[in-house]
Amino acid sequence: MSKTYYLTTPLSDETVSKLESGDIVYLNGTIYTARDAAHKRLVDLLDEGKELPFDIKGAVIYFVGPTPPKPGDPIGSAGPTTSYRMDSYSPRLIAEGLKGMIGKGKRDKGVTDACQEYKAVYFGATGGAGALLGKKIKSAEIIAYPELGPEAVRKLEVVDFPVTVINDTYGEDLYKIGRAQYEVK
Amino acid sequence: MREIAYEEIVKNVRDIIVYSASNLPEDALNAMKEAYKNEKSPVSREVLKQLLENADIASSEARPLCQDTGLAVFFVKIGADVKVVGGLLTAAINEGTEKGYIEGYLRASTCHPFSRLNNKDTVGYNLPAIIHLDIVEGDKIYIEYAAKGGGSENVSRAKVFPPAAGKQGVIDYVRECISDAGPNPCPPLTVGVGIGGTFEKAVISSKHALFRNIGSVNEDPEMAEMEAEIKVELNKLGIGTMGMGGTETVLAVHIEANPCHIASLPVSVNVQCHSSRHTHITI
Repeated sequence: MSKTYYLTTPLSDETVSKLESGDIVYLNGTIYTARDAAHKRLVDLLDEGKELPFDIKGAVIYFVGPTPPKPGDPIGSAGPTTSYRMDSYSPRLIAEGLKGMIGKGKRDKGVTDACQEYKAVYFGATGGAGALLGKKIKSAEIIAYPELGPEAVRKLEVVDFPVTVINDTYGEDLYKIGRAQYEVK
Repeated sequence: MREIAYEEIVKNVRDIIVYSASNLPEDALNAMKEAYKNEKSPVSREVLKQLLENADIASSEARPLCQDTGLAVFFVKIGADVKVVGGLLTAAINEGTEKGYIEGYLRASTCHPFSRLNNKDTVGYNLPAIIHLDIVEGDKIYIEYAAKGGGSENVSRAKVFPPAAGKQGVIDYVRECISDAGPNPCPPLTVGVGIGGTFEKAVISSKHALFRNIGSVNEDPEMAEMEAEIKVELNKLGIGTMGMGGTETVLAVHIEANPCHIASLPVSVNVQCHSSRHTHITI
């Protein structure tokens, strides 16, 4: 049975261990944005033994490249991008303390294994609901790689940002569970 | 010879780009409402409700429906009796595209294939537009436009089958494509299937098939029947809205078929997400 949680970042091992695939979560507090190009740079920094531009311990990363804000708005439309493109980078960040990722679409075994081993969860946000999700973001500040434009790393403050747990810390996958229920063989 | 000013084309293109970004066309909106009515999964229904709410917010507040405002794709037919005055037709479409993306606060999503940097300094903001040109009789310009997002484009595929593969081979190929894609292309989907022609003709036909209004019936009864059959097959996959599981995975299947070489059966599948931003104008 799906439960609903209101959580504030940073997330602890104890908090993410409570969550199960299918649970609805409303996130509050600070989350960070990163897509393909930014992920490559973050992992390069780790390889070089350098510090990341934000504290990864307990952090939540949102895979998003927003539209430019209209005058007076903190951000434009901001729905999730497809997550598999970050699969080769995410396990490394999870091992460093990342606790949550927000995106859409399937993750590979490397990511779901890391979610179990280091206690992290993968949240799905509704793809294509960019206008609605953008309004849940109250402030946005570029903290790294401004030259990447929409792919720059942004620090966001969110209020009741709606997500669903896709992959939990126990190896469950909502996409597999949901599809199995309705597939006609 | 009818003269059409370069600036008039720029303005028209700019306007359809800005409007399309935040207003889901009626055919797509109706198809989403229909999916909401028919969907059996409560989770998928909830997500569909969120998407309909998103469409309301986008339209009433002039915000982009999705942050992926796409690459700008055009199918353009220019009448043989039209003379564009003041510049080239393709340059006008590109200029209108850039103006639309900048003035509409839309995302520039083009980048160099390897550096991944946006090349606006050398090429332009979300340029170049993807333009397919054709020439027809008459004194008008017909422009079909769609904003094509990356998530759905990434699951598209093409293959040249031997003729023996036949109809069943095509159906199996489309099913495999959509099944493997799962939640990634943002279902419920419009599935464009290009059949026949040469390799590239099939691919372009599968793209153009996505520009057709959802709910319209194929003029070729054989293809209309095949579209209906494939739709039923795909909805058996159980993928549902955004992959949450459900009965409504595709809104429509559109086929564009062409004569082909006696040795080949080219097939291409191009996928459009639920945010099917497409429109057409005549100048």
